[in-house]
Amino acid sequence: MNYFIDTDVCVIGAGHAGCEAALASSRLGYRTVLFTMNVDSIAMMPCNPHIGGSSKGHLVREIDALGGEMAKNIDKTFIQSKMLNISKGPAVHSLRTQADKAEYSKAMRRVLENQENLTIRQVEVTDILTQYDLERIANEKSENDPVSGPAEHDEKPRVAGIKIHTGTIYTCKAAIICTGTYLNARCLVGESITETGPGGMQRSTWLKDSMEHLGIPLRRFKTGTPARMDGRTLDYSKMKIQPGDRVVVPFSYSTDPADVQIEQVPCWLTYTNEETHEIIRQNLDRSPIYAGIIEGTGPRYCPSIEDKVVKFSEKSRHHVFIEPEGRFTNEMYVDGMSSSMPDDVQQRMYRTVPGLENCVIVKNAYAIEYDCINANQLKLSLETKAVEGLFCAGQFNGSSGYEEAAAQGLIAGINAVNKIRGREPLILERSEAYIGVLIDDLVTKDNREPYRMMTSRAEYRLLLRQDNADLRLRKYGYREGLITQDQYDYVCYKEKMIREETERLKKIRIGAAASNQEILHALGSAELKTACTLAELICRPELSYEKIAPLDPDRPDLSKDITEQVEINIRYEGYIDRQKKQVLQFEKLEHRKIPAWIDYDDVGSLRNEARQKLKAFLPSSIGQASRISGVTPADVTVLLIYLEKNRGKKNSSGTSGASGTENIE
Amino acid sequence: MDNSFGSSMYIDKSKNDTIAAAATAMSTAGIGIIRVSGPDAVQICASLYVNAKGEHDLKTHKANTITFGYIEDRKGNRIDEVMISVFFAPHSYTTEDTVEINSHGGTYLLGRILDLVLQGGARLAEPGEFTKRAFLGGRIDLSRAEAVMDLIASQNEFARKNALAQLEGSVSESVKELRSAILYEMAFIESAIDDPDTYASDLEGYSGRLDGICERLLSRMESLLEIGEKGAVLKEGIRTAIIGRPNAGKSSLLNYLAGTERAIVTEIAGTTRDTLEESVRVRGVQLRLTDTAGIRDTEDRVEKIGIERAKNAIEQSELVLYLIDTSEGITAEDQSIAAILKEWKRELPSVRKCIILLNKSDLPPVTDTNAVRHFFEDADEVLSCSLRTGEGAQKLGITIEKMYHMGELSHQSEAMLTNARHREAVREAYEALSLVRRSIEMGMSEDFFAIDLMNAYTSLGRITGEAVEDDLVEEIFSKFCMGK
Repeated sequence: MNYFIDTDVCVIGAGHAGCEAALASSRLGYRTVLFTMNVDSIAMMPCNPHIGGSSKGHLVREIDALGGEMAKNIDKTFIQSKMLNISKGPAVHSLRTQADKAEYSKAMRRVLENQENLTIRQVEVTDILTQYDLERIANEKSENDPVSGPAEHDEKPRVAGIKIHTGTIYTCKAAIICTGTYLNARCLVGESITETGPGGMQRSTWLKDSMEHLGIPLRRFKTGTPARMDGRTLDYSKMKIQPGDRVVVPFSYSTDPADVQIEQVPCWLTYTNEETHEIIRQNLDRSPIYAGIIEGTGPRYCPSIEDKVVKFSEKSRHHVFIEPEGRFTNEMYVDGMSSSMPDDVQQRMYRTVPGLENCVIVKNAYAIEYDCINANQLKLSLETKAVEGLFCAGQFNGSSGYEEAAAQGLIAGINAVNKIRGREPLILERSEAYIGVLIDDLVTKDNREPYRMMTSRAEYRLLLRQDNADLRLRKYGYREGLITQDQYDYVCYKEKMIREETERLKKIRIGAAASNQEILHALGSAELKTACTLAELICRPELSYEKIAPLDPDRPDLSKDITEQVEINIRYEGYIDRQKKQVLQFEKLEHRKIPAWIDYDDVGSLRNEARQKLKAFLPSSIGQASRISGVTPADVTVLLIYLEKNRGKKNSSGTSGASGTENIE
Repeated sequence: MDNSFGSSMYIDKSKNDTIAAAATAMSTAGIGIIRVSGPDAVQICASLYVNAKGEHDLKTHKANTITFGYIEDRKGNRIDEVMISVFFAPHSYTTEDTVEINSHGGTYLLGRILDLVLQGGARLAEPGEFTKRAFLGGRIDLSRAEAVMDLIASQNEFARKNALAQLEGSVSESVKELRSAILYEMAFIESAIDDPDTYASDLEGYSGRLDGICERLLSRMESLLEIGEKGAVLKEGIRTAIIGRPNAGKSSLLNYLAGTERAIVTEIAGTTRDTLEESVRVRGVQLRLTDTAGIRDTEDRVEKIGIERAKNAIEQSELVLYLIDTSEGITAEDQSIAAILKEWKRELPSVRKCIILLNKSDLPPVTDTNAVRHFFEDADEVLSCSLRTGEGAQKLGITIEKMYHMGELSHQSEAMLTNARHREAVREAYEALSLVRRSIEMGMSEDFFAIDLMNAYTSLGRITGEAVEDDLVEEIFSKFCMGK
């Protein structure tokens, strides 16, 4: 006998994607159930102990600007923080923290448990049910009903519920799959293979058949993690200390900077050497990848030490960072040496590294293989093209990294709600956010390995800085309902003050009076020949907004976050303007929507490969079409000409709509 | 569009129809080719063609072979002996099924065969339409397609040769070289930004290296622009002004130029004003004479003056032919004109040229070439002649020929950016790379270089169509006269 529970949104998996998704939908007022294989693995960090880092730090800031949880949670639980690349331009500054893994997980669980509209259920989800499945179940239940013929599938399948291992059915309007690396996972340490999820957790298996039943094929990816050592057995005197920043900048815009000036824990730097590499080379035939046991495709950008030794054979050493897993554990993470070598090889290779001569392994390095989808099957809203109301997020979409997962989870959660409330989906453009780049890359490009966010993937990174995520994205968070009126009002005020102060500094001129020259001289700056504006002075490399204060007695009292923006705007104005022009050009093609009525068979001159790809992807805009691999500039030109010629033709038969979500309201 | 037989059917060419045209000149030449391209090309020609045994076997022909046979009309009358070739999509110029019929040529025969093909269901191709299809089919890039259009429109020998060189890819090759050099640097910077640990050592001294690379690329672009500028002048015809005081001999010079060669004098109605522009060829160099209406108007009347008029004429020109009456000498007006010329030359010294003609050498002189040369230091040449007797006048032609390096430029194996759109793109790229150098000079970090490198890369890509931008479509529409 079936037991039914009714809800609005079902989120499958409680990793970084699942947590953000469930929090977003429940905070927006929709009843949400978060399913997990084990409540102890909520927001678990099974690989590295960082949140943030190059370009990932940007993602965390953007999540916060939109109303997500990750930034707040790490501000509560970090044990070290560092702003990376400060010697470079502001585009590549990035915040990276070391998390106390256990605390991070606990803190997130506390937030989830206390969230209104949200319940947590520990159980494996076995099936995604569409309206047709529910119909079938309903018919089977009542024997007196006349036997109806096979369901007429004239309506697109849509999510109507999920079934759990106990047989109970949760009816719902939207479901979000965030199974991470759990689905059909196997972990490999050399020849020792276990059928478990990350960190020895129980894996899930059932959803595989359900996905295939829905017509969503899966594929197999691989990733890996290094060993954890007993910290008592390491000799730090042979390593270089890596302390955190003296003044810590919080991740979240809502965190009071005073609250994050805590006592930090250091990391340590050491290196591999030729001896390490020799051991690896001699045992390559015992590595599951090189022995051909692993079928999944691993990430190029996060290579195992075996990969590094093989691919960069000219390098005589590689960085190894020793990082604490938490404040109250001795476990140390060996960053840079992930591996799937057998235990004996691991023991020997780690012990060649200075400081690790007597190391004792607590957890072995291992490789993990898992089922995921090709995200090309998704719309930019993260909804599947095959099933309405079914969303996917996180590592299940072929990404890697906690931050990438959380970002997708947040967007999927928001868009699942938008689907239910009949609103346009939230789709961030490549020119607006790293999240936009991330999702567009996943959905549009041909990714053959776990996708990792990188600074170089963002074309307009000078505009997408980690310092202005609030100015870029708060408005969307507010529009969707995750940002409060007060928070939004502050951003509007901030914007206004930045504008006014920038204008003021460009207007006020400083004369060559002796008193001014004296101040400049004291600041180590050249004397003025003629009068110049305050803005011009700020542009001098040796000066700053702060330093010229004596020359600017009438300046308004503004907070640091405002003056920082003013300074960046003035100092990099030329570059920012040029990048804005690039965006305008980009947006022209991005806003050239491809109408729903298009029939690619009718577009003459398209090359066959391009025609097949376009038919499969159904890109929403010319811009998106141009990024599909296998579609050349010539094909895009053909498409543009076709649209130009047919402009206004089939106007009546439907508008474009970025994600193709139909709206009733 | 319900009325499927309405005129809209005709305009809609999104689905390619079959087109046909004579691929050689419709003249009395010894051989002529009819080209048919499109989905029905083979079908249409198969019904017209019979082999030596009288069989309609065109559909069985192998691609890229040439076969002897006959063209018959619908009643089975043989029109001509032909050699016929079939090409199957996408392995043809247009990337569509294509048939080429080599006939005995001659206006009548070619016309008959073409008529039969058109009656069979093909449409007469518009100028450049085969090329348009080749471009849209991805067979040739934009700069080559433009070269074909230029070839069709070429009015002089230089323009023709230059278009041919571009068709062979001289421009796209140069552009690709520049682009790949820029791309290499972009890739380097990007990888360094992503992986500072690995690349930190490589970045040491990088900005100095990049500066050198930019310098090299910039000087390459400079020479491309300069040669292109000259080439463009030759291709379009040199905008030439004839100026001088009343009675100095302006209309004589005009008549002399028009009469020197059996030169085609084309009359193009001015687009902005109601004047005529005349085009003459002097020893292979095409001169477009500006404001000749003014000369004809005013010579007959007692003239008020025309410093203003001269100024306008000069500003619109690349070459100024300035007439001075030797028997009158240099006047106050000449001083004003000298000032205008000086200013005009200063703006674009490599492109703008001025020749002074001391006319009426048959009359007693008041001044001589040396004096004039001294007075007009900016003159590129000072010649003495008598347009009335013709004495010394041929020196003008020789000077013009030399001045435009006709021989030198037309043997230039280098890419010549004669297309204004291409030059504009290179100029933008030039600007962008200059900004990179400025950033280096200011000591900015590598991530700033990327913005301007990307701009340079994109600008250059517009030439070949490798960078798709919305505006490009407008450009293509204007080139190929496509009905919207």
